[in-house]
Amino acid sequence: MATGLQRSVTATGGGTEAPPAVVVRNLRRSFGDTTVIDDLSLSVPAGQFVTLLGRSGCGKSTLLRILADLDNEISGEVRIASRRAVAFQSPRLLPWKRVWRNVVLGLPGRPDRARALAALEEVGLAHRADAWPKTLSGGEAQRASLARALVRDPELMLLDEPFGALDALTRIRVQSLVEQLWQRHRPAILLVTHDVEEALLLADRALVMEDGVISHSVDVTLPRPRSVTDPAFVELRAELLARLGVGASSPS
Amino acid sequence: MTIQTFPAGKDGENGTPPEGTEKTDSPGRSGEPGATGAQGTPVEVAPVLTTVVPAGARRRGVPRWVRRPVGPLCLLAAWQIAVWTGSASTELLASPWTVVTTFADLVGNGELPKAILVSLRRAGTGLLLGGFIGITLALLAGLFRLGEDLIDAAVQMIRTVPFVGLIPLFIIWFGIGERPKTALVAFGVAFPLYLNTYAGIRNVDATLVEAARTVGLGRAGLIRHVILPGALPNVLVGLRFSLGIAWLALIFAEQINANRGLGHLMNRAQEFQRTDIIVVCLVVYALLGLAVDAVVRLLERLLLSWRPAFSGA
Ligand SMILES: Nc1ncnc2c1ncn2[C@@H]1O[C@H](COP(=O)(O)OP(=O)(O)O)[C@@H](O)[C@H]1O
Ligand SMILES: [Mg+2]
Repeated sequence: MATGLQRSVTATGGGTEAPPAVVVRNLRRSFGDTTVIDDLSLSVPAGQFVTLLGRSGCGKSTLLRILADLDNEISGEVRIASRRAVAFQSPRLLPWKRVWRNVVLGLPGRPDRARALAALEEVGLAHRADAWPKTLSGGEAQRASLARALVRDPELMLLDEPFGALDALTRIRVQSLVEQLWQRHRPAILLVTHDVEEALLLADRALVMEDGVISHSVDVTLPRPRSVTDPAFVELRAELLARLGVGASSPS
Repeated sequence: MTIQTFPAGKDGENGTPPEGTEKTDSPGRSGEPGATGAQGTPVEVAPVLTTVVPAGARRRGVPRWVRRPVGPLCLLAAWQIAVWTGSASTELLASPWTVVTTFADLVGNGELPKAILVSLRRAGTGLLLGGFIGITLALLAGLFRLGEDLIDAAVQMIRTVPFVGLIPLFIIWFGIGERPKTALVAFGVAFPLYLNTYAGIRNVDATLVEAARTVGLGRAGLIRHVILPGALPNVLVGLRFSLGIAWLALIFAEQINANRGLGHLMNRAQEFQRTDIIVVCLVVYALLGLAVDAVVRLLERLLLSWRPAFSGA
């Protein structure tokens, strides 16, 4: 069973390493005979934006579900911030609740409309607060799901390919929205993606998952906002692609 | 791979759309030589265009609620004419007009309203009782593993008993008053509600349950905000089945030793060969069934307004 972690009191920055929002040691998860996560260790400091890359089926979602405390058939040590929020590839809004009620679902006390509207305002969706979820477009629904995560003021946000089902233009917009929200609220973010460019645009640190462990970790120190045409960016992308085994300089 | 450009000056050269449906002998389709471009460009077949009819335009003419009753009314008129011309016997079945006057008589002397009330009360009581039992069992079986193990197999077994066959047993158990009739309705009603509610609970989208867990809903919150609303469409389907069965059960129950109610009215009519009264009762049963169905549809509209349902082509 995952245990809650103390809320960090100190702010990030100032040179010293922030207290962790995620600590994983010697994590193991098997489905029957296949071991998907095999002796994985990982630490994410509070406020850090981490992206997790890896081939399809390498266990990214499995790891994320463990960190979301949705799966505890595990061995090893997992400690996660107690205030956390999750957004999935599909928005997973309850179709029978209006958008604003979805946003504040699960919060203690009576549904607080003002609070929901504030979160929806941040993702630019306040005007759809009273809509039924099934009438939202894909991008709107995904932003509503981000508002639902945001309203909990999380110390840790777990995002499992939240842009995966969006069209290219909407994707760019929601990506930069996530970056803005992160800069404003500074939660630790673990974003699963299979898009190297996206990983490098957003991350402080890009992780590569392979054979059940974190095989590479790349610190991304490029100044924000980043541009895909920046030579340093291009170089970093080539390096990461090579590590994923698909770049031009990929070892055979 | 090469990118082909269609020969210039064909479609839309004057800013007009290519012709399609209007022109019967479309040049592209007949493959006349002019359609072939220079040097092996494929024959350009003009697509046949269909005009999209706006929804408003399609509904012009006689409104639906006027059109639909025309068929049944014609049928009744034909029957009445057959009776008047003497080609249909009124011994076997009363004529539509006789049925109408009998209906007026039965309403006038208060016999029919009284019978309807008695029958409605039986159906209502049975429905409440059976509905309560069916839904409670479904909640226990759907929400708890222990409940499933204890309840589901037993219910599935009893379900195979045709409920009409239980009438003799119910008479022995409950006598001949109201209770065997209510019990029969309750028995018939409980199963469709059980089955649909149980299936509804078990088919709630697991990804939604997971998402609700990540926002911190506990077991009670999950049941209240996710599982029950998710099962509601199925419950309403079950309710519709149940209401149909409630009438059926009522008709069976009232055929046997009833001294009040619609079934009693029918039985007495049978003794006196009054087919007109029998038909009046049948029509009343049908109308009540329709009314109840309308109520359920209204419920669906109110409770499932979140669902952009397919409203029929
Ligand atoms: N519930 C499950 N039962 C069996 N195998 C599973 C289950 N969930 C995931 N797996 C397997 O674990 C591996 C990792 O899955 P996943 O974490 O979803 O990959 P991804 O990195 O694409 O998110 C896959 O091979 C998948 O088939
Ligand atoms: Mg995945």
